[in-house]
Amino acid sequence: MKILVAVKRVIDYNVQVRVKEDNTGVVTENVKMSTNPPDDNAIEEAVKIKESGKATEVVAVSVGEEKAQETVRKALAVGADRGILIKADGILEPLAVSKLLQKIVEKEKPDLVFMGKQAIDDDCNQTGQMLSALLNWPQATFASKIEIKDKKLEVTREIDEGLETIEINIPAIVTCDLRLNEPRYASLPNIMKAKKKPIEQINASDLGVDTSPRIEQIKVEEPPKRKAGIKVKSVAELVQKLKNEAKVI
Amino acid sequence: MSVLLVAEHNNKELKPFTLNAVTAASQMNTDLHAVIIGNNCGDAAKKLSELPLVKKVIQVEAAYYENFVAENFAPVIVKLAENYSHVVCSANTFGKNLMPRIAASLDTSQVSDIIKVISADTFLRPIYAGNAFATVKSKDPKKCITIRPTSFDPCESSGGSAPIEKAEPSEEFNNTKFVKREEIKSDRPELGTARVVVSGGRGMQSGDNFKLITSVADKLNAAIGASRAAVDAGYISNDHQVGQTGKVVVPDLYIAIGISGAIQHLAGMKESKVIVAINKDGEAPIFSVADYGLEADLFEAVPQFIEELNKLNTIQK
Repeated sequence: MKILVAVKRVIDYNVQVRVKEDNTGVVTENVKMSTNPPDDNAIEEAVKIKESGKATEVVAVSVGEEKAQETVRKALAVGADRGILIKADGILEPLAVSKLLQKIVEKEKPDLVFMGKQAIDDDCNQTGQMLSALLNWPQATFASKIEIKDKKLEVTREIDEGLETIEINIPAIVTCDLRLNEPRYASLPNIMKAKKKPIEQINASDLGVDTSPRIEQIKVEEPPKRKAGIKVKSVAELVQKLKNEAKVI
Repeated sequence: MSVLLVAEHNNKELKPFTLNAVTAASQMNTDLHAVIIGNNCGDAAKKLSELPLVKKVIQVEAAYYENFVAENFAPVIVKLAENYSHVVCSANTFGKNLMPRIAASLDTSQVSDIIKVISADTFLRPIYAGNAFATVKSKDPKKCITIRPTSFDPCESSGGSAPIEKAEPSEEFNNTKFVKREEIKSDRPELGTARVVVSGGRGMQSGDNFKLITSVADKLNAAIGASRAAVDAGYISNDHQVGQTGKVVVPDLYIAIGISGAIQHLAGMKESKVIVAINKDGEAPIFSVADYGLEADLFEAVPQFIEELNKLNTIQK
């Protein structure tokens, strides 16, 4: 079984995101970039499945600028066998990314495609579901547990009401929740080994997909600032304020 | 053309967020129709028809719609969408799972999780977990929109009498089978929708000390939250995590106890209406977003806080 894992390069989750002064977006220059956190869970799960003997190959794929190669390389350092970078500049909407991934799926013919449930930059939560629609494959979104049963997966999904379990036939798409597993850190020897693993580079324009944005980003602004609060002196004062001023208790 | 709202329900009743989604959809176009897909969902369809803002209800039924599998729902909505300019539903796990499947089939670039309707094609949505707000304009002829339910008020729920039309089900998708749903049964409100959230951080020092948080939450009928640091330290399970990588919450009252206020935590709670912080470090960043800050040792302040709440004797239900 072959597993394709899609990974995205995003601003690190510990960075305080700042809006550009001209309101065209957020500042990305000289900002620490990392793998989108739930994509780390997706890679971890694929590598674990391979280690259990149920998969033969894990391929990591990313779509983005040249530097997204680092994100693919990190996936290789934690156990993916080889990488693919689809090079594309500018804003890529999930619809465009899912169409590009569809081309890779058609070429690579994986049995499973894993990715994070959502990217922490645009917060869209679309790509996995869109890819499964384009392929007409089953989808298991927000997965917190995956069990492989012959040509089927039993997946536990995190839903608002609690947990849902579904059974899907392979080939299938799974989008991963943070609760799925605990991603490992890359060891130094594995980081060195990853440098020798191949990364195939493909230009998005060679895949015959129109990636031009369909959504015009008119402006990006700071969220409204909270009014400065006050410090209270005592618990009694706090309770009094909450009751009589804020009227929330 | 009109707006098509996808109703969320449990085959008997509408889910509460359907009412918030109706409000949002009606701001895109008042000619609002709602589709309800389910199994023996006549009661829920009737309730949908009673919402005054809904002009027509389309009911689609089949046994395989019982459990809301997106692969079964999407083709029905894609077919109906021929007659509509917008397809709308809530950006909760129901809508997040379903809408992109519809959008990709319609070759539409979806606009997710909007918090404001500026015009029929222009919307405000948070990005970077609410650290920035983007104003976006959809140029697609058909628009697929998910809305953040807590950003819109629920619509009126009675007084309407929209006609209910039946539509044909689509074929069953055979590669996905529902197995079971385990709803978390708790006396507490759900973290995502609670009116009050009480959260603990690394300052709690142990899982055992979280019982202080539980006591405050009991008094205020609140949901229990936690910072990533508290989760990572193993004080509490990660389904309580509030923040960029956890849940984003917007309660009327958020009480942060022993939480320093890391960026990723603030991203998950700073839109709360009233924020209280109790922390012994007066320089902690949590105070920069707190309406009421109390610089104190939580192990002294929280028991006093519980005592004061007892005096008030106002358990909020």
